Amino acid sequence: METLEQIKARIEVAIPGASATIIPNDSPSAQRSLLVDCGHGLAVAKFLRDDAELKLDYCSNATGVDWPEAELTEKFKVKQVVDGVEKEVEELKKTLRPGYLEAVYHLYSMAKKHGPVIIRLRTENRTDKNHLPSLTPVWRGCEFQEREIFDLYGIVFDGHPDLRRILMWDGFKDFPMRRDYVEPDDYEYEPTPHDDVLLKSKQHGEQESKV
Amino acid sequence: MSIVAEMPSKNFELLSKDGDGELLEIAMGPHHPSTHGVFRMDVVLDGERVVKLKPVFGYLHRNHEKIAEGTTYLGSMPYTDRLDYFCSLTNNWAYALAVEKLAGLQVPERAEYIRVITAELTRLQNHACLMGFLVQDMGASGTPLMYAFREREKILDLFESLTGARMMCNYMRFGGCRCDLPAGWLDGAKKVVAETPRFIDEFEALLAGNEILMARTQNVGAMSRELAINASITGPMLRAAGVNYDLRKVDRYGIYDRFQFKVPLGDHGDTYDRYMVRVLEMRETVKILEQALAGISDGPIIDPKAKLRGFRPKVGEAYGRIEAPKGELGFYLISDGGPNPYRYRVRPPSLINLTVLEDLCLGQLVADVVVILGSVDIVLGEVDR
Repeated sequence: METLEQIKARIEVAIPGASATIIPNDSPSAQRSLLVDCGHGLAVAKFLRDDAELKLDYCSNATGVDWPEAELTEKFKVKQVVDGVEKEVEELKKTLRPGYLEAVYHLYSMAKKHGPVIIRLRTENRTDKNHLPSLTPVWRGCEFQEREIFDLYGIVFDGHPDLRRILMWDGFKDFPMRRDYVEPDDYEYEPTPHDDVLLKSKQHGEQESKV
Repeated sequence: MSIVAEMPSKNFELLSKDGDGELLEIAMGPHHPSTHGVFRMDVVLDGERVVKLKPVFGYLHRNHEKIAEGTTYLGSMPYTDRLDYFCSLTNNWAYALAVEKLAGLQVPERAEYIRVITAELTRLQNHACLMGFLVQDMGASGTPLMYAFREREKILDLFESLTGARMMCNYMRFGGCRCDLPAGWLDGAKKVVAETPRFIDEFEALLAGNEILMARTQNVGAMSRELAINASITGPMLRAAGVNYDLRKVDRYGIYDRFQFKVPLGDHGDTYDRYMVRVLEMRETVKILEQALAGISDGPIIDPKAKLRGFRPKVGEAYGRIEAPKGELGFYLISDGGPNPYRYRVRPPSLINLTVLEDLCLGQLVADVVVILGSVDIVLGEVDR
């Protein structure tokens, strides 16, 4: 299979205006991925599927990742003159990474039996600009998986044929897989007449114990 | 009698006329015995024909992925048993494989052999049970299912003596296996494997040419090759549609490149093909088991570099996948360098294979929905996670 650099170059030639960035992966798996800009997400997906060389006809896995706003610290060495002597001093540089949601797709080819090519799409933020193009029109296998991402992460997929909650119930409001999700004390709490009975019996028990 | 007489007659009109254009909506499930768990299908019928079918999930949802983000890497291993509770050992393997990719661990040869043997035994009992359940769904109450369970019992006994548990095995570890084979286990396994072809023959003689089975399955729920690929169908269901894609051959994970076996393929992609592909796959599995049981040698069973405590993989991500009995089971992990995974994702074959359920059922009789669902082979613990 072609290297990720070659795929990136060919995408940028084939689709005018599309930009792709290679995301490094230093772990032993060395599965690097390609960050595609959302505006051309669908076109890139179609290109990857239909290209004669790649033929990535099979989307194995589609999933979401939540990256909340975080302060990243980077260490780097600076040369400073201290008391007339030049020394290397470590400095910390803090940068604020804006929060975003991410959809990750693992693509393989059943025809050519190669893969994976991993593509990522990122939203602008985690609140209002949380739209991404749906890749279900290209690979139908994403249908339930994108519904799941919508359900658990709150990414809205434009162009999805049937975007509803899939695992949580329809009236549910929040997105449970987000990092800052807070569980309610009781998911199914509803006031019932039984509450009064419990309260009464509790009060009754307290009176009894006083006597 | 009087209750029936008092009911408004309009309802009966809906039910009585076949295909008159009036539609009837019914909810199959969540407590329908044919759904193999708590799973609902909202079916719209025209007469007895299905015109719309929407699967409804989530009754068993416990957010396995979120729980795994809150515990250590090893802490999720017993939890993977509960995904597809029929095949806990393949679940263990898929998770271990993903973590091994993430942390760069090497599995010793003996552990690889043990993994292949246990995974293939899992495949045998899964397929045997599936065939039993499928025939049970068609109305053959009892006998075939009991034959399948008799066979499964022998395999579960082997699992029990190896891992201490019959279903929730929790056996594999990152870089190897938890414990070595007990004395005499290999002989017991050889005996079970030697008996299996006789069981498959018996099962086939009983069912494969059965008139009712053929009438209920042939040309029922047919799926095209193109649809199967585009909808990310995997496992025996994909191969029944004629696509030659078996991860044991494609990825050659573990030591599958050492074994001689064939990949059975179907022609029509209908329910009968899905059934027969599994029968043939069991025969190939027996071949792999015979080779693995003959080839296993002594040695360590876990990578000495693997740490059970204080395990912190480097920052990065990995996707590992195996050919589980139900299809491609994948685990996608992102590490931020901490003791817990930052992101833990299960790619559930059961859920994704249901993508085409509506396509398979459209135009079929409502009684065939049960059979088609049975042939997809789902376990709700994995669908809902």
